Amino acid sequence: MELTLWTYEGPPHVGAMRIATSMEGVHYVLHAPQGDTYADLLFTMIERRGLRPPVTYTTFQARDLGGDTAELVQRSIRQAVERFQPEALLVGESCTAELIQDQPGALAAGMNLGVPMVNLELPAYSKKENWGAAETFYQLVRTLLKGQLPVPGTPKPSASRWREEGRRPRVNLLGPSLLGFRCRDDVLEITRLLAEHGIDVAVVAPLGARPADLERIPTADANVCLYPEVAGPVCSWLERSFGTPVVRTVPIGIGATAAFLRELHGVLDLALPAELHELEGQPSEAERRSRLPWYSKSVDSTYLTGKRVFIFADATHAIAAARIASKELGFQVVGLGSYSREQAREVRAAAAELGLEALITDDYLVVEKAMAEAAAELVLGTQMERHSAKRLGLPCAVISAPLHVQDVPARYSPQMGWEGANVIFDSWVHPLMMGLEEHLIGMFRHDFEFVDGHRSHLGDGAPSAAGAVEPQAVPAAAAAQATSPAPGTTTAGAAVREALESLWTADGEAELAKIPFFVRGKVRKNTEAFARERGLERIDAEALYDAKAHFSR
Amino acid sequence: MEAPYLAIPSMGVSAPPVQASPGDVLKESGQREVFCGLTSIVWLHRRMPDAFFLVVGSRTCAHLIQSAAGVMIFAEPRFGTAILGERDLAGLADANEELDRLVKDLLDRRPEIRTLFLVGSCPSEVIKLDLAKAADRLNTQLLGRVRVLNYSGSGIETTFTQGEDNALLALLPLLPSSDEEQLLIVGTLADAVEDRFRLIFERLGITTVRSLPPRRSTDLPPVGKGTRVLLAQPFLSATARTLQHRGATLLSAPYPFGVEGSRDWMAAAAHAFAVPAERFNAVLDPLVERGRRALEPHREVLAGKRLFLLPDSQMEIPLARFLSRECGMELVEVGTPYLDRQLMAADLALLPPATQLSEGQDVDLQLERVRAARPDLVLCGLGLANPLEAEGIATKWSIELVFSPIHGCDQAGELAELFARPLRRRALLQLS
Repeated sequence: MELTLWTYEGPPHVGAMRIATSMEGVHYVLHAPQGDTYADLLFTMIERRGLRPPVTYTTFQARDLGGDTAELVQRSIRQAVERFQPEALLVGESCTAELIQDQPGALAAGMNLGVPMVNLELPAYSKKENWGAAETFYQLVRTLLKGQLPVPGTPKPSASRWREEGRRPRVNLLGPSLLGFRCRDDVLEITRLLAEHGIDVAVVAPLGARPADLERIPTADANVCLYPEVAGPVCSWLERSFGTPVVRTVPIGIGATAAFLRELHGVLDLALPAELHELEGQPSEAERRSRLPWYSKSVDSTYLTGKRVFIFADATHAIAAARIASKELGFQVVGLGSYSREQAREVRAAAAELGLEALITDDYLVVEKAMAEAAAELVLGTQMERHSAKRLGLPCAVISAPLHVQDVPARYSPQMGWEGANVIFDSWVHPLMMGLEEHLIGMFRHDFEFVDGHRSHLGDGAPSAAGAVEPQAVPAAAAAQATSPAPGTTTAGAAVREALESLWTADGEAELAKIPFFVRGKVRKNTEAFARERGLERIDAEALYDAKAHFSR
Repeated sequence: MEAPYLAIPSMGVSAPPVQASPGDVLKESGQREVFCGLTSIVWLHRRMPDAFFLVVGSRTCAHLIQSAAGVMIFAEPRFGTAILGERDLAGLADANEELDRLVKDLLDRRPEIRTLFLVGSCPSEVIKLDLAKAADRLNTQLLGRVRVLNYSGSGIETTFTQGEDNALLALLPLLPSSDEEQLLIVGTLADAVEDRFRLIFERLGITTVRSLPPRRSTDLPPVGKGTRVLLAQPFLSATARTLQHRGATLLSAPYPFGVEGSRDWMAAAAHAFAVPAERFNAVLDPLVERGRRALEPHREVLAGKRLFLLPDSQMEIPLARFLSRECGMELVEVGTPYLDRQLMAADLALLPPATQLSEGQDVDLQLERVRAARPDLVLCGLGLANPLEAEGIATKWSIELVFSPIHGCDQAGELAELFARPLRRRALLQLS
């Protein structure tokens, strides 16, 4: 038994719904009580879907439990098949139905439905949403490809089969689904990227695919595992059973997109264009196609140097973000974690490379605590980290599911490929800027406009702006390492706060008051941390300058 | 309804009700697009900030509540889910031990909690985890420091708003007995609305007015022969009946939605407390007049429009009464998760003759009726709203009605506005 106040992932049958709803021509009969239909709103509200998810719920009630719930299951299946005429049927159960053991899949198997049927067994008490999505996708593909399995001993198709057959190479894009992060746009972006390298896309699945499309999966020369959380198991199975090679690099960020293209060219036995050679001083495709490399090198970005960034997301996006942050934006990654236990090993490896210990948890309060302790200046996370960051007054960008409706933007905003890198540059750097470039803040910090009472042209609404900008740092405090814990969450914290405040002398307060309001809190915190560390009994102007010297790097 | 002030000649819309028996009730059972009773935690925890609601259930329960709430949690919330794991299913003894441990940890971390509700779910009911026993055990262990109660919000037994009925029912045994004359308002109201009602009752000379649930979970009202119960929400069947068993008198009135409903609701109390008609009219007439003025612009939008109400919050019948009588809407079908004729009597009597009522749901069949009728507006849950909009049918989300202050004469305009807004918006958009 585990106490949960909020959860990153839903139960596994919600993962199955993501597969069914992402596809066309698939219907899911779910043995579930009243209330479980809530999951429909994830799709109709967050994704703004104009269609109901293709799910029939048996809606059993307490009074049915004494009687024949199996009959209810069969009736629901029969009616769903008649009404929706699916090309493939998923049959499964939610957590409660699992307990009453009606075995709806076995019932469906005995019904002679005339459509391919997948019996989903998703253990609700030990597994979660992403696992459910991956398992459902795998079982569905496996069921639909049963008739095409090569006999054991069949040699692997050669990498250059496409050349022998006199056609362009083609790959499948596997893993994009609804409620994933920016999948719709990633598919477009990667399809364009591949086209420019003369590579066709055979099947995109599950997003937008029909069962008949899944049957074409073996016609591709390679499978691109775009989202390992959903497509990992199916890609491995296709590799084992059909000998189809898998491209596993996830093309998020400049380095990863280039590595992805190199891996793909290798797998397909395609000649690598000069622009993708890893040679110093050579013009690279990345610099021609994405603005991120130049934007990151341009002088304006100097102030991004060493920004302390805390990352928590699904494994794929967390690992990608860590790489981009450290290698492409010059940030310092001060925390890296994920709720994806299935991919914990990969996240731990990525963290170790940065000299960190990965945080693998599904408790958002633990994540919030880690975020505060890491003294992050930017948070990259899920919608929950956005809220935690807001509480802590930190800028934040969302990089991963779970999503809020605002994370499904109307505009084209992929994360993958060259354009994805542009989107990432903008969406991570803008929360840090808030229209106040740091060198300007440093230069003009003594101007009267930055003194209290002159906060805004409108004269109000400033406190919240001040709160939002507070983590910014002027050079005086730029290198600051706030070592004190997040203020004021406990009564003990309040007592410490009070004790520290009493240390300030009048001239110390006066000097503090000269510092622009939007960094004053930070300077105060740093100076107090310094005073505590040194055991100072008073904080006067000199102590403030000592602290400033101490923290400047 | 014999008091002279019950008929409001000036209202016009409130002509003495013909005992219109609505048309035959269509009973359906099948797939329901309705939340389970756990969802009512979303407003109950806000009403009683010193209470914690601990669902004993599955990851699905946790996910349901956070999704239905639709908003994120800005601080540690006052509800949570004890998620059953495989080990808990294997042995109930262990599950009980685990629950005790988890409750202890929770209460150590949240010393401000005075009342802990253990909320049963579908899985806990099916495995027969006895939460009543658990509550007894915990009460003994905690020595009265925190009161532990239990109720079921499971989907196999309760719909959406019935969760509040069960939660209140769990509080009832703790109510002290007293024959003191009092008006007891039962059902969660927004604090501001409740304050307003109290003020109006005070002006009427009804001085002892108490509420259930109270704002502080330990501040429980007494109950007894002098108690007159006025239901503020239409989904509290079991609570109402149990209060009657404790000696209370249940006042029959329409629910306080709209000007007419709110006036009649207050009139029922005024009648029970023998408030003179002149005084009642002197207090209520200005409110009625102002409420009608506030309604007018929305009535212009809504009048003559055809409304289809899908079953969800159990508020459908009183809302249909308000929207037809005060806003001039035509009712195509009024769905309700279940029909409690006693609790709905006053509202049913005010519905137009032969109104099509439906009880329960088979969502696919009901949507076919919606498509065939092409109503101007559909009241429905969040899972159905965008799909219907995509088919060109305007919708109003029902969940907003349980979160918004919509009760009373003063809110009648706002309530009508909630329904008029989708239509106004459609008129504004020139996109195709």
